Amino acid sequence: MSELALDCELVTQVLERFIREELAKFGFAKGVVGLSGGVDSSLSAYLAARALGAKNVTAITMPYKTSSPESEADARLVAETLGISLLRIAITPQIDAYFERFPEADKRRRANKMARERMTILYDQSAALGALVIGTSNKTEALLGYTTLWGDMASAVNPLGDLYKTQVRQLARHLGVPERIVAKAPTADLWPGQTDEGELGFTYEEVDRALYWLVDMRLRPQEVAAKGFSEAFVKRVWNMVRQSQFKRRLPPVAKLSRRSVDRDFRYPRDWEA
Amino acid sequence: MAESVCRARLVQFAPRLGAVEANVERHHTALAAATEAGRELVVFPELSLTGYYLRDLVSQVALTPESPALRGLAEASRHVDVVCGFVEESPTCDLYCTAAYLSEGQIRHLHRKVYLPTYGMFDEGRYLSPGSELRTFPTRWGPAGLLICEDLWHPSAPYVLSRQGMDLLIAISASPLRGVQPGGPEIEAAYARMLDTYAMLFQCHVLFCNRVGVEDGVTFWGGSRAFSPLTGERACAPLLEETYLDVDLDRSDLRTARLATPLLADERFDLTLRALEKISRE
Repeated sequence: MSELALDCELVTQVLERFIREELAKFGFAKGVVGLSGGVDSSLSAYLAARALGAKNVTAITMPYKTSSPESEADARLVAETLGISLLRIAITPQIDAYFERFPEADKRRRANKMARERMTILYDQSAALGALVIGTSNKTEALLGYTTLWGDMASAVNPLGDLYKTQVRQLARHLGVPERIVAKAPTADLWPGQTDEGELGFTYEEVDRALYWLVDMRLRPQEVAAKGFSEAFVKRVWNMVRQSQFKRRLPPVAKLSRRSVDRDFRYPRDWEA
Repeated sequence: MAESVCRARLVQFAPRLGAVEANVERHHTALAAATEAGRELVVFPELSLTGYYLRDLVSQVALTPESPALRGLAEASRHVDVVCGFVEESPTCDLYCTAAYLSEGQIRHLHRKVYLPTYGMFDEGRYLSPGSELRTFPTRWGPAGLLICEDLWHPSAPYVLSRQGMDLLIAISASPLRGVQPGGPEIEAAYARMLDTYAMLFQCHVLFCNRVGVEDGVTFWGGSRAFSPLTGERACAPLLEETYLDVDLDRSDLRTARLATPLLADERFDLTLRALEKISRE
């Protein structure tokens, strides 16, 4: 674990400034966070409240009829602790109306549809509030592709995108996110009993360390295995990273003109002048 | 005869990306305050007039040394010496990451960044041309050398300046934060170790001005510093914050250090040169 240990105070300062400055550059002082009651979105809410002030942060919880009541209770606990306003927008009517036409849809289609439904609500509410969407995706799920493209990955700024899941927990504890939220089994909460680690077949402790050696330290898979992982596990992790690369890139544009968007038309995002 | 004490100020601030006019204004405000406070040398960070992560903006923000922006800052240098950073456009339309030394109403020296990092998170070689000269220049406090960020990671650069009698190394930087394990940023520790070593081995004062702020998700860490060859780190600005750091550099430190340990006098430049020539012929 020590290779993933954080200077939590420094990281907090960096992320607070990141949220405040990246919003300010686009003329915004307010943020919305989709708050599930899990550790990632709770940490984003804590950081946003510190960066922008509680009155400038709105949390939105968007349960489906199968979502666990504990998740919503945890979301309420975070909002109350921080003194940020909490909006509850259930997604059951529109999800059920849609899948009434496609009753054969499997769990994955339903899960992705819900993630994207929540995304559209966050973006719409951010427009209503004059705010930007603050992201809640961590580095582990981005690297593994354990996430819905244009769904939970979507945001205007993402303070957690370079923190592994176990680092999210460290920082959450440091900032005082309630222990029951930090310690509970991570879940997308799409059906009863679902857990990330159950679905993935490994723990975040294991995979974060493997990813650290593969990605941050650029070790080859066989070198990572020598650090005490099974070769099959490392190979599987690296394959997940490779196969989900498309989720971390914008769609390719067919190059035709002399200067094409995002190939040779290269401006910073923070383009002021 | 060089003056004995250099009253320097390092202005650790966050230039606005691509907003040259606003940044020039910011320089003038800082220079007026520094003059008022009796400072004699004011150092701004790398690309202080333009911001760092420019990409295709480089050609839009490029300035010639004759531009009104630089002429105006040179004008302000009648009261206080100035080091600032900008994108320089040459007569042949080459673009450089340049540091200017301004004094007594004139541009006294231009240093074009020699080492453009183009690896990992850096992409400078794509947008800029590398400089090809390492020269010291005279100041009121003796010969000075200018280096920009990545230049510092090649010890041959301060070595070449040292051989020209460098008393003061002025290093300007836009160094991104990375490495956040307990105990402070990895990159800050690396710079502190490197610059302290340069002050000790090249027996010169070192001024290091690093920017702060966030551009496209990248945070610049600040932590500007000054080093003496005699006493090591003299002063250190906080991380991440816009601030300035005042430090008075005393020339007697150079004399004491050099008399105690005559590293510069003993340096076998001829030997080094012959060895390098031999290697380069092989």
